[in-house]
Amino acid sequence: MITITEQKPIEEIMQSLGTAKKVYLVGCGTCSTICHTGGKSEVLDMKEKLEAAGKKVTGWMVVPTACDELTKYALEEQAGEVKKADAILAMTCAFGVQTLAMFTDKPVYPALNTLFVGKEEAPGQFIEVCMQCGNCVLATTAGICPLVRCAKGLLNGPCGGSVEGKCEVSPDIPCAWQLIYDRLAALGKLDELEEIVPLRDWSTSREGGPRRITIE
Amino acid sequence: MKAGTNLEKILESGKFAVTAEAGPPKGTSPAVMLKKGEALRNCCDAANVTDNQTAIVRMSSLAGSVLLKQQNVDPVMQIVCRDRNRLAIQSDVLGAIALGVGNFLCLSGDHQKFGNHPTAKSVFDIDSIQLIQTLKNMRDEKKFICGEYISGEVPMYIGAAANPYADPFEFRVTRLAKKVKAGADFIQTQAVYDVAKFAKWMEMAVDRGLDKKTHILAGVIPIRSAGMARYMRDYVSGVSVPDEVVTRMEQAANAKEEGATIAVELIEQVKEIPGVHGVHIMAVSWEDIVSEIAKRAGLLPRPIL
Repeated sequence: MITITEQKPIEEIMQSLGTAKKVYLVGCGTCSTICHTGGKSEVLDMKEKLEAAGKKVTGWMVVPTACDELTKYALEEQAGEVKKADAILAMTCAFGVQTLAMFTDKPVYPALNTLFVGKEEAPGQFIEVCMQCGNCVLATTAGICPLVRCAKGLLNGPCGGSVEGKCEVSPDIPCAWQLIYDRLAALGKLDELEEIVPLRDWSTSREGGPRRITIE
Repeated sequence: MKAGTNLEKILESGKFAVTAEAGPPKGTSPAVMLKKGEALRNCCDAANVTDNQTAIVRMSSLAGSVLLKQQNVDPVMQIVCRDRNRLAIQSDVLGAIALGVGNFLCLSGDHQKFGNHPTAKSVFDIDSIQLIQTLKNMRDEKKFICGEYISGEVPMYIGAAANPYADPFEFRVTRLAKKVKAGADFIQTQAVYDVAKFAKWMEMAVDRGLDKKTHILAGVIPIRSAGMARYMRDYVSGVSVPDEVVTRMEQAANAKEEGATIAVELIEQVKEIPGVHGVHIMAVSWEDIVSEIAKRAGLLPRPIL
């Protein structure tokens, strides 16, 4: 399970940086290194692009795990170069951007879009299998989540757009309900699909501001 | 009677029903709905008013339904789950009933990717089966989803869609059964071209006794041109147009006439299938042809009540 990121268009990054002339770059040695979006080579590549666009890069680092508290100490070690910068450009997921912002007075801009928490299906191939809805339905869906894998998040079986195992949205997307149907068939549990799944309680999802929990 | 609409009276009295479709305009003019109402009034028992069909923004199905009602055409207000959450849907239903709308069709809705606002956020707070259940509960228990009571009467005749051509095929009758169990009084199917497959699906529905619990209307889409036939075969999800139909349209001297003839033949065939209680003729932007098709298929004169 890793956080999947992609680099934003350079135009958008330049727009975010705006008038900031001097920039400090931060990459992440975990998820964005695996995604080739914020490892050492991507950071150096970005440095070159920024310099070509007339910016000055005061320094750079690839922290082990940007979302970790240790990022605070990494910033302290680099205090001199960070201080010289007008802004920090974070080549990390949104967790990293927000962690950096907690520990510096400099403006922190994201260089990446955080896409989803992905599961590796095949080497280098990631898929979203959970959207952290807070109210897991997998017990009745053969371990395949329709909320995230069905384009309409349907709970009562495939819509009229499921054809030959594919979703109407794209031939590249397997119909989640076909997958569920096949697995339930293999488990001899197709009769479970006769039941009407009632309306969902979405209040556990992203409906009430940030979700918080204290683990004792 | 659950709502006392014309459609309900026809179906509950055991007569063969004809419904049509009137898509609202991409604009503000009521004249478009009035013209469609004019074309459909004497050749169908009710007309569906689509709800941002194929995810293209149009006048709301509620407003379109009211405009048809003013033309003495019994509207079937379509509701999709894509654009509204449970609050908005229930509120629109109350408003529609207050304005005289009695038939409602519950749909998931085409994905926004296919429409003219592909960057929109979809809602899908509830799905189409839960929507049927919601309306039934509003009508029979006079309760909102939350359990609070609704003031006033809540007359509704509730419909749903079914697609015999989608996959997995064996599940399609299960899905129909779920919709019936949820409270669908009538069902309008996706367009039928492959009659044999439709007949097989109907046979499975009849075996489960579903034709006794709901009224199934077979969908018919008249094809206007060879290009439309090819487009529907190749690009419209969930529709199955056999090559043979495309070939007939390509070889026809008069494509529109051939399209109408194919529609008439399909109606004649589906009428004979046990359990079929009507046809739903979806002549998209070709409402004028419905009268001719209904006449040639022996479905006129109407109104029959």
